[in-house]
Amino acid sequence: MNALVLQFGKPWIWSWLAAFVVWFLTIMVTGGAGTLGLSQAALTFAAFSVIVGIGQMFVITLGPGNIDLSVPATMTLAGTVALKLMNVENGMILPGLLLAVLIGLGVGLCNYTLIKALRIPPIIATLSMSFIVQSAAIWTNRGLRIKPPSVLAEFTTTNTLGVPNVAIIAFLISILAWILLEKTIYGRWISAIGQSMPAARMAGIPVDGTRFVTYLFCAVLASISGYLLACFSGGAALNMGAEYLLMSIAVVVIGGTAVAGGDSNVPGIWGASLFMFLVVSMLNTYGLGAGIRLIMTGLIIISVIMLAGGRRGMR
Amino acid sequence: MASSMDDVAKAIIAVDGAKVSFGAVKALDGVTLRVMPGECVGLVGHNGAGKSTIVSVINGGLTPHQGTVTSDGERQERYGINAARDRGVRCVFQELSLCPNLSIVENTRLVHRALGGFGWRSRAAKIIEKSLDAVFPGHGIDSGRTVGDLSIADRQMVEIALAFSDAGTPARLVILDEPTSSLDASLARQMLDHVRRFISGGGSVIFISHILHEILETADRIVVMKDGRVVAERPAHRFDHHGLVEAMGSVAKAETRQRPVREQSAAPVILSHQAAGIPFTARSGEIIGLAGLAGHGQTELLLALHAARSGNWLPQRNPLVTFVAGDRRLNGVFELWSIMRNFSIASLGDMSRRGLVLEAGEKTTATAWKERIEIRTPDLDNRILSLSGGNQQKVLFARALATRAPIVLMDDPMRGVDVGTKQEVYAIIREEAARGRTFIWYSTEMDEVCLCDRVYVFREGRITAELGGDAVDEANIISASFEGTA
Amino acid sequence: MTFRLSSDAIRLVIPALSLSLLLAAVFWLQPRAMSYIGLNLLFNLAVPIALATIAQMLVMAVNDLDLSMGAFVSFVACVTATFLRDAPVIGILILAGAVAAYAAIGVVIHLRDLPSIVVTLGMSFVWGGLAVLLLPAPGGRAPDWVRWLMTVKPPLAPMAIVASIIIAVIAHFIVKRSSLGVLIRGVGGNQRSVERAGWSIVAARATAYALAGLFAVLAGIALVGLTTSADANIALRYTLLSIAGVILGGGEFIGGRVSPIGAVIGALTLTLAGSFLSFLRISPDWQIGAQGAILIIVLALRLMLNRLEKREKRR
Repeated sequence: MNALVLQFGKPWIWSWLAAFVVWFLTIMVTGGAGTLGLSQAALTFAAFSVIVGIGQMFVITLGPGNIDLSVPATMTLAGTVALKLMNVENGMILPGLLLAVLIGLGVGLCNYTLIKALRIPPIIATLSMSFIVQSAAIWTNRGLRIKPPSVLAEFTTTNTLGVPNVAIIAFLISILAWILLEKTIYGRWISAIGQSMPAARMAGIPVDGTRFVTYLFCAVLASISGYLLACFSGGAALNMGAEYLLMSIAVVVIGGTAVAGGDSNVPGIWGASLFMFLVVSMLNTYGLGAGIRLIMTGLIIISVIMLAGGRRGMR
Repeated sequence: MASSMDDVAKAIIAVDGAKVSFGAVKALDGVTLRVMPGECVGLVGHNGAGKSTIVSVINGGLTPHQGTVTSDGERQERYGINAARDRGVRCVFQELSLCPNLSIVENTRLVHRALGGFGWRSRAAKIIEKSLDAVFPGHGIDSGRTVGDLSIADRQMVEIALAFSDAGTPARLVILDEPTSSLDASLARQMLDHVRRFISGGGSVIFISHILHEILETADRIVVMKDGRVVAERPAHRFDHHGLVEAMGSVAKAETRQRPVREQSAAPVILSHQAAGIPFTARSGEIIGLAGLAGHGQTELLLALHAARSGNWLPQRNPLVTFVAGDRRLNGVFELWSIMRNFSIASLGDMSRRGLVLEAGEKTTATAWKERIEIRTPDLDNRILSLSGGNQQKVLFARALATRAPIVLMDDPMRGVDVGTKQEVYAIIREEAARGRTFIWYSTEMDEVCLCDRVYVFREGRITAELGGDAVDEANIISASFEGTA
Repeated sequence: MTFRLSSDAIRLVIPALSLSLLLAAVFWLQPRAMSYIGLNLLFNLAVPIALATIAQMLVMAVNDLDLSMGAFVSFVACVTATFLRDAPVIGILILAGAVAAYAAIGVVIHLRDLPSIVVTLGMSFVWGGLAVLLLPAPGGRAPDWVRWLMTVKPPLAPMAIVASIIIAVIAHFIVKRSSLGVLIRGVGGNQRSVERAGWSIVAARATAYALAGLFAVLAGIALVGLTTSADANIALRYTLLSIAGVILGGGEFIGGRVSPIGAVIGALTLTLAGSFLSFLRISPDWQIGAQGAILIIVLALRLMLNRLEKREKRR
């Protein structure tokens, strides 16, 4: 039991601690007013980063060089196409979701096909893929801004028992991810592949199958997140995924997942996502501009990675 | 031996009482070694005896945790790579250590730091060509070529020539770690002749080789190492082949000689593979050895056998083959994990229900195997790296044996494992073979190859000979390794 | 002495071939492009891209990857359009500091054995934030000498081509001919053996990063010379373009196998690809996507060539 606490307890506690400190500093300024609002907003915005971040975390767990850069384009495409299909009709909500998931599956399939067939590093494969997906999104979007179905718009922007609905969905997805990671054979496999791909292959793990499923999973989570985000913000915008490229990687790193692969955790993603949102709102409260916010974010990422240290290089 | 203080004063390099340990493993346990000007010191010992570690101490790559390094009578307090190079210490490493993306000339530039300045290319080309001509007359290697495009033998020749080359600081002590492993007989002859010329010119050489007759005829003095200590040190003419083998401590020798000859030609063929050369077959219950000089295609065959019979896309419930790695760091252990997880990873299918790992079942199985092969640890939840090398290797054996696979592929798994552990593992292998498991075993150690029922000998990527029954002995294997039919 | 094509020369075949093919296609589609002015238009933006590609190549030569290239070039562009024009001394000091920062990143990455991808990702926030602080809205003006330099009309060939050749020659000299270049590529090829020869790997990596910073600074200055003004997001595409350029030019992610001439050719190819697509009347929606497709096709071609080469060797 002791070993368990040491192994899993340590890395994510810091992101939660940081998130709490920032939360506290913010409400100190406002003098306690708007605490509930701040917390709800934090949960809502964190939910989107959590969903995307979990997918990215699974990919990063696969080890050095594994990163999915097509996440933002996938989010945009899924949001755009789903809204177009649903066309403001409440009856089309499920087909819309299904289509979003299908888009995720398609992108994931293409990503891994490129990685495998061209034997190129995932970073380049997902990058080239994201160009194509982004173009597809531009092409379908055509500058039109279709509103989400009213029920869905309502659902994504309201709370149940004071907790934002999107946060509940993100929480359910997190539980699923936690079970996958900690309790299943699949979770062991991705961790093994992340620690050493040759060793995993020699231990009889179906390496390609596992990696393939992981890239699928990441793309599907990105598309679900894009679907929810488009509904939440009242329509899909072409740049809506853009900030999630760096965000998805940042929450994984800050959440205490080893960038070198093999060791990851779900709770840290939540702490890091809350932290990232709260830092922005804190700096806003203190009246600091976008420039300072970006610089702070960058410095935080670098300090976290320096503190966590690189066990093995990922170059 | 003359008075020891005189020796130290004259020696190019003198290491006294060096101790080095990596974690639980004592790589050097108080080694004293002196190299005089104008002598060739032969260094022999089994894998893991500490030869490479003492080499690292002498070339400045490793600072001993205890003990001193003295050079030309001066005690070296801050001895490092650059200090060693300034004193003319050069090294040819066991693994090829040139930059494959650079040309020979550029590699020469890297090795000789003082070579810079305008026109260094032509100077470097002159230096390396002069040295290549001296060591390997008629070599035919163009110094403008990229190293990655050269054959293994050519690369090795370049590396040897680089060590003897002179760009300002002449080489005074050259350490040759298995330099002939990828050279053919005539090239090896050329190199050994050059070593003798170098010695008679006043230079010194530390010569490490598994090929004992090379050591016996080239070295002036032979140092035998075992388990991180020097166990014998005599002038070369007072050793013979037999005495050397004895000094290296092949205790298992007598026992392995009495290997029961098991006749298995009646057992069903479980695996056949069309490799280059003689076709490869394996029968159930057989222990098959892969022999020949290191790096002549044995590992490639094992990898091919594994790749052809394991799934990369879908999980397999009943795999045909399982693999025990020799290079534990590279393709054996999962460093972040506990001993238990390292053990169970290959057989999780048997310890799970609907994809969920049953942790209780995992623990029971792991504990049973821990008892059976005696993994020495207080707690299976400890990190795998807390174990000594030998015990890590046992975990890898347990991992393979716990699977349902009827064939176990072994890629020289006993590297750096102590003698006691080896004997225990040999026993397990014999026991499992008696139950019908097949072992395909690549080993660089003759004793282990001689334990096998049948042996395939490799030469230049091809199987060139098959030995069975009483024909499996050291003399036959060595002669088959060198003749070749290519 | 027998004549033998080195593997470096073979490596240049594909990039050179793709560039000439693309150029031929453009001339065929639009014969008027075959003139001084036409070529100038076609390759107008090539100079900054080529410089950024060389910068990325230097980082890749030591087996790292710089994801902050785009943000950094944008930052330099902002400095150029403000400080370098209004207070040249301060401007030069800022840029020198930026190059020093690059060297420091190299040192940190090496000493702490950190994944370059994450550190430079963090740095991209920092550079982006600094750029926003300098120019919250598009603006500034190019210094006159920069403007003059980028619009000068040399005889025979347009500026973009002359400059590209000069860049290629200088970079070739530094990376392929000088001792420093040998050291940098040696670190990429076999770090241990370089270490054993007594070199300082930290210094080598820091130098590679500093050189990369220098070339990226030049890229930013050149970009402002062409666009006359700057904004904080002006060069975000450069991260991806520079990586793609190196790969198109026959460089590899690991192993220190890079080619400066190839990288410049790769950058020219990417620039030309944009023009080619517009001549093909491909809808602007698909422009980015087509660039992704071109990247994939070239990588596939290279895989085929590598296989052929291996088969030849085996014989």
